[in-house]
Amino acid sequence: MSDLKSQIIAQLNLQDTKPEDIGDDQPLFVDGLGLDSIDALELIVLLQQQYKIKLSNAEDGPKVFKTVRTMAEYIKAHQAQNA
Amino acid sequence: MNEQVFIAGKGIVSAIGNNVAECLDALQNERAGMGTMHYLDSVHRQRLPVAEVKLNNDDLAKLAGLPNIKSRTALLSLVAAKEALADAGIEDLKDLRTGFISATSVGGMDKTENFFTEFLSDNSKGKLRDVVNHECGSVTELVADALGIKDYITTINTACSSSANAIFLGARLIRNNIIDVVVAGGADSMTRFTLNGFNTLMIVDEQFCQPFDENRRGLNLGEGAGYIVLVSERVAATLKNKPSMVLSGYCNANDAYHQTASSPDGIGSYLAMSGALKKAGLKPEDIDYINLHGTGTQNNDIAEGTAIKRLFEPHYPKMSSTKAFTGHTLGACGGIEAAFSILALQHGIIFPNLRLQTPMVDLPFVPERELVRNAELKHVLSNSFGFGGNCSSLIFSKL
Amino acid sequence: METENYITASCVISNHIVFKNGLPVFEENKADQSEFLIAAYRNFGLQYPKFFKMDNLSKLGWLANEILLQDSFDKEKYRPEEVGIVLSNANSSLDTDIRYYETTKTMASPALFVYTLPNIVIGEMSIRHGFKGENAFFISEGFDVAFIEQYVNNLFNNNILQCCICGWVEVLENNYNATLFLTEKDKSVNSFNFTKENLNKIYQLQNG
Repeated sequence: MSDLKSQIIAQLNLQDTKPEDIGDDQPLFVDGLGLDSIDALELIVLLQQQYKIKLSNAEDGPKVFKTVRTMAEYIKAHQAQNA
Repeated sequence: MNEQVFIAGKGIVSAIGNNVAECLDALQNERAGMGTMHYLDSVHRQRLPVAEVKLNNDDLAKLAGLPNIKSRTALLSLVAAKEALADAGIEDLKDLRTGFISATSVGGMDKTENFFTEFLSDNSKGKLRDVVNHECGSVTELVADALGIKDYITTINTACSSSANAIFLGARLIRNNIIDVVVAGGADSMTRFTLNGFNTLMIVDEQFCQPFDENRRGLNLGEGAGYIVLVSERVAATLKNKPSMVLSGYCNANDAYHQTASSPDGIGSYLAMSGALKKAGLKPEDIDYINLHGTGTQNNDIAEGTAIKRLFEPHYPKMSSTKAFTGHTLGACGGIEAAFSILALQHGIIFPNLRLQTPMVDLPFVPERELVRNAELKHVLSNSFGFGGNCSSLIFSKL
Repeated sequence: METENYITASCVISNHIVFKNGLPVFEENKADQSEFLIAAYRNFGLQYPKFFKMDNLSKLGWLANEILLQDSFDKEKYRPEEVGIVLSNANSSLDTDIRYYETTKTMASPALFVYTLPNIVIGEMSIRHGFKGENAFFISEGFDVAFIEQYVNNLFNNNILQCCICGWVEVLENNYNATLFLTEKDKSVNSFNFTKENLNKIYQLQNG
């Protein structure tokens, strides 16, 4: 998950944030890290480019990107499928 | 400076027609312009319906009277602007102070993106800058030249409200006695640049769009150009076809919420619409028809709808989004929809909001689903809201 | 009703220097424009994480606006709809257009696409301060002081705005220039008359 955190920071230009600053179960959107809808789209790009996972239904976004942990779990589940 | 600004002419080229008459016919007969991509070459061709102008660049160039070396945006712009000026029937432009205010969000991008692929294999960075630099405001200059307009030329780029802003800037110039005649509006052509961009924002519809429908999925991109000719009272009096319609109100405001989304309460739209009413000296209940911005995105339609609810409650005028016909023409939509609004006023028609199956549950009104004829229209409101929170509303009135 | 209007503050960012009201307030010789803007951001103690997501045009304009308004602007004086922004440049959003276009080769970046319009910088400035007044972005070959003077005066004379931030914000690769003016109806201690001559003087002086 710390790799994922670094990737998130890079993809979203969170310049002043370090991986240690992001809790595994901290809400990424609304409160927490305060990400917005464009950030959500960039995370979709991240999934595609880094992990070759395609999230074609934007409505799944809130569930998948809720926390770093939910993202990591989603990646694990779908990488297994792709393999 | 309370003199009226008259509308002397209009010109349109869009997915539903290559001139005003064709567009009007399509609007009255429910012929929408979106379909499978034909002229643009894109990886999304099979997946995303678009609303293209049904002419290739060769034919557009012939219509425009230009050699086919200019960008599609320039060609579209000239075709529509020429029609508008001809429609105005002004005998001699030479003795009048003339202006051309054009809006675009794409500019010469269509030429650039084709050039870019070759450029990648070549090293001279300077070349790209020349090509694109050359096109930025030069689409405007090129068209102004071809129209014989020389006194006042400017280019506006404020996303989807651009051409509405061009129109009311034109009105201000006339009111301030700086020019006598202005051709104002905008043009945008279909490019991979914008198609890919909107696609990546996940606001495009893979089916034909359904503005103001509860289950709307997004927009269909369109292209085209729309211009109107505004003249002063003095010039209006000299015209054979005495204009009887005026631009009575206009306003621009910023939503101050997000780069590309509208605030859910629609404050930007609310400010723009109420400001336009104030400018026109009208009350909400005086509006007979609203030509909605109505892109078909989840976000726009609820924001715009909420603002309308707040402002017009309980007297909701009839309304419709013509983007269900033309798609979202970006920088051209303000101009095209201004022309549509004027057609509505002129002919007493309210165009249908196509493909509206399920009304939005959160709104206490429903756009018109059928064509309405013989409507008593005196005041029509047209909305154009753009990225960057730039919101504009125009009001056209019959004297 | 013609009103006398005043330039009550100015900010110029050009050639690695930030000027406020004619005086240099920050200088750092960074080869990379983006690095310079970030260094300036840190120098002025600004706290706005969204800054890092902006493209260069928005970073430049937003930053110039922050410095322009710092200690020179009394927000309480105006309602949100009374403050507007009128900007211009020659190259629109070309710098970002090119960067965005690069990403379309693999996967189009939504964060970059959002900035492929020059008026987004106005959006950023408005979001930051809640300005809801009229705003416009014009494309012209050079900074057209006569046009800006006429346009902004018209907004004041017709009471469309009571306060306007106007000027020039331009970025193309490593060439950048922001020249912003805070214009108001009331004089202040060091204000200048809002005329094209004064606009030009300030623009020329600090842009070498």
